Amino acid sequence: MFSQINPRARGLLAALALLLLILPWIANNYVLSVAVLILYFAYTGQAWNVMMGFCGQLSLGHSLYVGIGGYSAAALFVHFGIGPWGGALVAVAASMLVGAIIGFLAFRFGIGGVYFALLTIAFAEFTRLGFDHWQWLGASGGFFLPVKQREFNDLLNLRGSPVMFYYVMLALATAALAFCTWLLRTRIGYYWLAIREDQQAAQALGINTFRCKMIAVLISSGMTSLAGVFFAFYYNNLFPEQIFNMGRSIEIILGPIIGGIGTLFGPILGAALLALLADGITELMAQIGIELPGIKQVFYGSCLLLVTMFLPNGVWPALARRLGLVSAPGPDPAGNTVRHPDG
Amino acid sequence: MSFELIGNVLIAGVLSGLVYGLMALGLSVIFGVVRVVNFAHGEMMTAAMFAAVVLFNTWGIDPFMAVIPVVVVFFALGYLLQRAIINPFITRPEHSQFMLLVAVAIIMVNALLIAFGPNARNVQVDYQLESFELGPLLVDAARLYAAGAALVCSAAVFSFFRFTMTGKAIRACADNHMGAKVVGLDIRHLYALTFGLGSACVAAAGCMMVLLVDVTPQLGPAYTLMAFVIVIVGGLGSMPGALLGGILIGVSEAGAGLFITPSAKSMVSFALLVVVLLLRPQGLLGKRP
Repeated sequence: MFSQINPRARGLLAALALLLLILPWIANNYVLSVAVLILYFAYTGQAWNVMMGFCGQLSLGHSLYVGIGGYSAAALFVHFGIGPWGGALVAVAASMLVGAIIGFLAFRFGIGGVYFALLTIAFAEFTRLGFDHWQWLGASGGFFLPVKQREFNDLLNLRGSPVMFYYVMLALATAALAFCTWLLRTRIGYYWLAIREDQQAAQALGINTFRCKMIAVLISSGMTSLAGVFFAFYYNNLFPEQIFNMGRSIEIILGPIIGGIGTLFGPILGAALLALLADGITELMAQIGIELPGIKQVFYGSCLLLVTMFLPNGVWPALARRLGLVSAPGPDPAGNTVRHPDG
Repeated sequence: MSFELIGNVLIAGVLSGLVYGLMALGLSVIFGVVRVVNFAHGEMMTAAMFAAVVLFNTWGIDPFMAVIPVVVVFFALGYLLQRAIINPFITRPEHSQFMLLVAVAIIMVNALLIAFGPNARNVQVDYQLESFELGPLLVDAARLYAAGAALVCSAAVFSFFRFTMTGKAIRACADNHMGAKVVGLDIRHLYALTFGLGSACVAAAGCMMVLLVDVTPQLGPAYTLMAFVIVIVGGLGSMPGALLGGILIGVSEAGAGLFITPSAKSMVSFALLVVVLLLRPQGLLGKRP
């Protein structure tokens, strides 16, 4: 799977993997919680990237799938006593169903680009308002999972210490990376890239674009809902106002866009950069002694602005080239000059 | 439920809808020409609302008078924003433009938060308490004036595009970018003018909106969404469509507040958006993209 990565990159990857594995022994709880957040956004970014980075369909409503995943698993746990692993199956199924509905409606009616993006926002907002009034799930007052203990780790019910949650999220993020790496090597992966680069040309070559785009939406929504399940059991509370918020969707997509859209390591690097940036700014503000609500976000926004302006392809492609992690893309077997997803 | 109540709510919906329409007109003009979706539109709206509140509370300038300075300043800011920041992005992919404007929006919301704090601000003028009797119906004076002013502003924008040479040149850019370049139009300048004009629309709408609602910095994203819904329903890039969409959204929100519950009012507009996108994706008055 990693055979095309050069030795230097393989070494760095191994070092990173080792660091992530032993992190709970060397880091305090605060660093660990930041690491969980980074992995969480690396995971959701990876999931979103399947739709946008690989297949070129811009979704601005991914909080919808996080919310549906979280609420499904939490409702099954609280109301029927079904554990998170069983709940995850239902969560994934429910999210995929919603994704399928949105995808079907949009792609059947030829809605693309900006219109598709706005449709995804509309569905997310619509669902948010619906959950705001759904009494069985706590409505706008929030839905809470019982916190029984944090002493011993009950992996079956996802109740336990932050360290357990860290490893669960690490496993999810790693699995997502491996899954996406594999996806890009499959037939559908190549179809997606073709659709992303030029949908009409792809169609002319006989690719069933409707089917491919539907599969991208299904995979992306299913993956994202697992993050929702994790979210529900990690934070133990769900508020429609928060989980379905458009701001959440934006948070999900910032990582891959900053890191490098359509690349495998972009979402991970982006998530890490953004978390460190946010924390760094908080720390800096505390050092200087400025306490102005909003000043942190102004800096954050300015950094985003600068990155978008000066690194249009994201940080990862530039960094990978600088570090010599990717060899110059050779001619591909078909003789076309298709941009390699990691190049 | 009495006829009078329904009638009153409908009228209020139409009148607010015209102000919404003017706000959305700004978005529509920008998208129709520059082909950039202004994700910071609602944030510009709240900034204009704060400007009107400050002018009123500091110097007692009536919001209808404040329209003039606020519009001029926002026109200039919009012009500069397009020229300096957005212009390099017009050939970039949509997600890149989106990111740029989201960054601008984040900066604007939080700059407002720093400047004014999280509390709601408003203006208090005498005519906010007055109303006209129209047979059995009551019409708020402030709402009526605001709607009238919104109509005047919209008419001005229409005539600018219809009757002036600059307006025609801008429409030419929108119709055929390459052709406009060939005949020697200064596209960068015209795009910046358009963005300035769009900002001016939203600034004028903001001045009127302070008569209808209180303003907080956090209102921005909600207005951005509302502007999107309106222009998609009316037809992205269509100027009459923006006004029609504004009225429809105004009425449906007012109706939902009356018949369902006020907190679910946006649900109706999102449902309307979904239906329009599916049945007529170009919007009610839009041309096929």
